Amino acid sequence: MKAILTLDNLASGLVTTIWTPVFVAIFLAIIAYALWPRNKAAFDEAARLPLREE
Amino acid sequence: MWFLAACSFERESAMPQPSISKSMTAGESGLAVVFAVTAFLCVIAAAKALDAPFAFHAALSAAASVAVVFGIVNRYFDRPAELPPAEINGRPNYNMGPVKFTAVMAMFWGIAGFLVGLIIASQLAWPALNFDLPWTSFGRLRPLHTSAVIFAFGGNVLIGTSLYVVQKSCRVRLAGDLAPWFVVIGYNFFILIAGTGYLLGVTQSKEYAEPEWYADLWLTIVWVAYLLVFLATIIKRKEPHIFVANWFYLAFIVTIAVLHLGNNPALPVSVFGSKSYVAWGGIQDAMFQWWYGHNAVGFFLTAGFLAIMYYFIPKRAERPIYSYRLSIIHFWALIFLYIWAGPHHLHYTALPDWTQTLGMTFSIMLWMPSWGGMINGLMTLSGAWDKLRTDPVLRMLVVSVAFYGMSTFEGPMMSIKVVNSLSHYTDWTIGHVHSGALGWVGFVSFGALYCMVPWVWNRKGLYSLKLVNWHFWIATLGIVLYISAMWVSGILQGLMWRAYTSLGFLEYSFIESVEAMHPFYIIRAAGGGLFLIGALIMAYNLWMTVRVGEQEVQMPVALQPAE
Repeated sequence: MKAILTLDNLASGLVTTIWTPVFVAIFLAIIAYALWPRNKAAFDEAARLPLREE
Repeated sequence: MWFLAACSFERESAMPQPSISKSMTAGESGLAVVFAVTAFLCVIAAAKALDAPFAFHAALSAAASVAVVFGIVNRYFDRPAELPPAEINGRPNYNMGPVKFTAVMAMFWGIAGFLVGLIIASQLAWPALNFDLPWTSFGRLRPLHTSAVIFAFGGNVLIGTSLYVVQKSCRVRLAGDLAPWFVVIGYNFFILIAGTGYLLGVTQSKEYAEPEWYADLWLTIVWVAYLLVFLATIIKRKEPHIFVANWFYLAFIVTIAVLHLGNNPALPVSVFGSKSYVAWGGIQDAMFQWWYGHNAVGFFLTAGFLAIMYYFIPKRAERPIYSYRLSIIHFWALIFLYIWAGPHHLHYTALPDWTQTLGMTFSIMLWMPSWGGMINGLMTLSGAWDKLRTDPVLRMLVVSVAFYGMSTFEGPMMSIKVVNSLSHYTDWTIGHVHSGALGWVGFVSFGALYCMVPWVWNRKGLYSLKLVNWHFWIATLGIVLYISAMWVSGILQGLMWRAYTSLGFLEYSFIESVEAMHPFYIIRAAGGGLFLIGALIMAYNLWMTVRVGEQEVQMPVALQPAE
């Protein structure tokens, strides 16, 4: 009988490979968030944060 | 302990104390009990110890635990019934005691670490200087030097500035009452155990992770407390946006925890002895070690100090961050890429070839986030470049960023396998590390301390900018001597080792290459000496700033114009 719960099965090619596209997608989403025109004003404000504290 | 008293509990609030009955907080009584028990256990461990260094460390821990219990009880009797308020008249009542403590400790450990560095540099030039004693041999003093400058000096600067920046940029008082003190004192006690252990020959022989199992366990507790204090402060922030410096600090804290736990699992031979065996073996151990080692560079010596850059340079230059968008992108690029770069420390070893190539590839890709950070730091000065002429503190901060750019250009280049075949195991590596350590980490730390000491001690400014100028030029000269000597020495070494005669024999014996290093070792020691002199000037300047500096007159809150 074939064991189902083995390290090989858990760390199958798909499971170990899926992270590459997942991380790339997350990173692309972050870039989109950073460059999104509507966020510009908030980021320009945040860039001044150290200057406007008490 | 005198300066603990000086640092702690400034009661700016001269508010009349409501007469409520005074009782110990849960933290005070809990910690007092825990440390009383710890003291007891440490006495037993000292009595049953299998080796002398372990007995010494157990006794030291017992004494420290008793001192902590005494300190907690003493503080309880000295303090007013109510703990300091989170706000006074609507303004955050910042907790700067622990910050002051780390500033003092950073300066102390910095000078100690630079001094030990000078001693071992001199030992390489004149080996008789090890005096033939085990405690002063190069093998024991070298980890003392690296740990003192990285973890003791750098660590105190990072913890101190992070506790400062997180309060200021979140506009809220530091979370916890005793917890921040537990973090800063506990961390420095870890340094004490680690450092005295090296001198006594206690080491698990992993570079930059030399402390043995019991020191590692203690550091784990302290580090988790640090993470909780930092996170709890962010969670109760009054400023809706989490400033980018806090992201960098958080990455530093979280990643160091992960690295520490990943690299250090070990089985002690006995719970009453210092010796342990690391869980990993063979090439897996080597890979874990350099996954740890390089990410200590990436997240301790880079991410943490980039946080300093992002807060202190805008503040000092009085200019906003050049591009906040770039700061977000290069932060995440750094996070995603750095973690894979470790294998470049194991080129041409038993590590599988594909892993070496992976490490090299990710190291080269790191050029982009590194230079993104450098450009962002430097360009923050646009519109304020003239300040470099008049403000030596800002100059120090900016030159540190330039060194960051330079050493993060050099690093990826050295990770390329063909370059590494020449540079590895030579002094070039030492030169590279020190252009990063002295130029980037050292200067950005000096700059941050020069800014922060007058701020937290409420001084108008530094005692003397002229002395900062002297520090800057002496230390810069020292760095230039250091790194150029090591470049020449390293490449010479590499070329001598790979030189063949026409008959196919190695042209030089190893000892001939050692002999050729001698003049460069003397130049290097001179450079290190200059760097140490600069730090001594700095310590004097900061001391005088606190002692005789003009008090900043704080506008009474009631007279402030309405916003």
